[in-house]
Amino acid sequence: MKTVFKKTPVLTDTIMHYCPGCGHGIVHRLVAEVIEELGIQNKTIGFVPVGCAVFGYKYFNIDCVEAAHGRAPAAATGCKRVNPENIVFTYQGDGDLASIGAAEIVHAAHRGEKITTIFINNAIYGMTGGQMAPTTLVGQKTTTSPYGRDPEHCGKPIRIAEMIATIEGAAYVERVSVDCVPNIIKAKAAIKKAFQCQIDRKGFSLVEVLSSCPTNWGKSPAEAMDWIKSDMIPYYPLGVKKDTTNE
Amino acid sequence: MAKKLMKGSEAIPEAAIQAGCRFFFGYPITPQNDIPEYMSARLPKVGGCFLQAESEVAAINMVYGAAAAGARVMTSSSSPGVSLKQEGISYIAGAELPCVICNMMRGGPGLGSIQPSQGDYFQATKGGGHGDYHLIVLAPSSVQEAVDLMHNAFDLADIYRTPVMLLADGIIGQMMEPVEFHEHEKRELPAKPWAVTGYDPNGDRPRAIVNSLYIEVDELQEMNDRLQARYKEIQEKEVMVEKYNTEGAEVIVCAYGTVARICKSAIALCAEKGVKVGLIRPITLWPFPEKELVEVMSQPSVKRELTVEISAGQMHEDVRLAINGAKPTDFYGKPGSYTPTAEEIAEYILKTREA
Repeated sequence: MKTVFKKTPVLTDTIMHYCPGCGHGIVHRLVAEVIEELGIQNKTIGFVPVGCAVFGYKYFNIDCVEAAHGRAPAAATGCKRVNPENIVFTYQGDGDLASIGAAEIVHAAHRGEKITTIFINNAIYGMTGGQMAPTTLVGQKTTTSPYGRDPEHCGKPIRIAEMIATIEGAAYVERVSVDCVPNIIKAKAAIKKAFQCQIDRKGFSLVEVLSSCPTNWGKSPAEAMDWIKSDMIPYYPLGVKKDTTNE
Repeated sequence: MAKKLMKGSEAIPEAAIQAGCRFFFGYPITPQNDIPEYMSARLPKVGGCFLQAESEVAAINMVYGAAAAGARVMTSSSSPGVSLKQEGISYIAGAELPCVICNMMRGGPGLGSIQPSQGDYFQATKGGGHGDYHLIVLAPSSVQEAVDLMHNAFDLADIYRTPVMLLADGIIGQMMEPVEFHEHEKRELPAKPWAVTGYDPNGDRPRAIVNSLYIEVDELQEMNDRLQARYKEIQEKEVMVEKYNTEGAEVIVCAYGTVARICKSAIALCAEKGVKVGLIRPITLWPFPEKELVEVMSQPSVKRELTVEISAGQMHEDVRLAINGAKPTDFYGKPGSYTPTAEEIAEYILKTREA
């Protein structure tokens, strides 16, 4: 019999805690497959965040560090500076990276830190129960914006990929989505390029992934994927925001 | 090796490097900037790495990451900056990682002053951040002692997998004294199989996970039990204290750091007046030398105790807990940055004696 699909050994057999229709499972798989394909499992260190991916260390079959909320890029910096031959990545959500950890991500990029960041943008705080994130869309209802996000009151959503792309030390920045199969294929290619950027010591790399949170959006898994396409992608355009890896 | 005249905040980083520290992450704050400055010049020359972080918060998290990778690593700061580091220190304690933190205390609260202080005793010895944890806290009273204690600091951190704090006042950092860097007794250090260096699925070492998250009550209990057992062992084995002139003393002064040296001058002034005063100087503030203090206090000659600090009496609480009402205790000092003189202390001792 011909094997057409096999789970990557870079994921453990632990059953994930994510909700049905959540994008984290897809992105975990993509990251793990990329690590397998690049042959770097035995030298990759994962820094997982505070947020829904807090248990990432149970799923990635590599050495892992649990970082404090928002601090993964700083902690990853310490690790990378000690062992520069390791491949070090952070996996962070939008509350973690775009809110409480805004300083750490900006300065990791600014230093051209040779690390890779996988940034999950699902426009909401997932683990704490659906509060407004810096990435929450205008008008979007959350548990702390019950009348919809009002830009007069708390500003418009932050576009992290575009912001990081303005920083000199960032070598490769792309925004992708996991709303449909063609986009998932593109997302994997972007993640692979981001890790390759680090292997080649080109500088800081970040992939922003538009991802679903059906539970906190109050949608079915299918509706959630549709909402990424109809509402998120128009505000968060996909594509490469910066690429100096060939320079 | 010949003695060298060195400023405390240059001798301390040099001692750290000689103790094997190769990584330093910090952020500028007065009065300890000579430490990161010294590290930035020296570490690249010994194959290490100095990095100026974007904040105190980032610096302590870089320490967390470097310690997770198995390095000998340190940071330094002064009071307001150390407050910012508390989140990270709690995580380092929870994840059972070794590191060294130097606090050159300045006056507080808030932005306070840049003059010496001892106002961070509570923060240093009672935990500082959230959760039930302790740091080993070392308090030098001379530049030479600061140099010697740096070796202890890194060894203790590795042996007990805990953050260790060198708690000094601004005077220790700023004054110049002759120092000697000599060989230190080598303690047996444990291996670091828990460090994240890359997991080989075909190798012998299990996957390394550095973490302080234990979502199940039982698992968190197990971690806390492990920490508390370790703290007990530290209390039993690692107390350091100086007893000075205590035999047959009438008054026992308890002081640490620079203040303890001023107290020695006050003791000499009292002796001129025919009053015998002794000094108990905790070198480890945590573990606090409780037994040693009680032992000295229990001498029949000792009438009372006096704690002297540049604080509102923070260490005095631990002194009172140790003495536990057996004999009278008193406090002399002020919060902020007011450093008492030997004359003032002697005068207070003699005056209260008459009363």
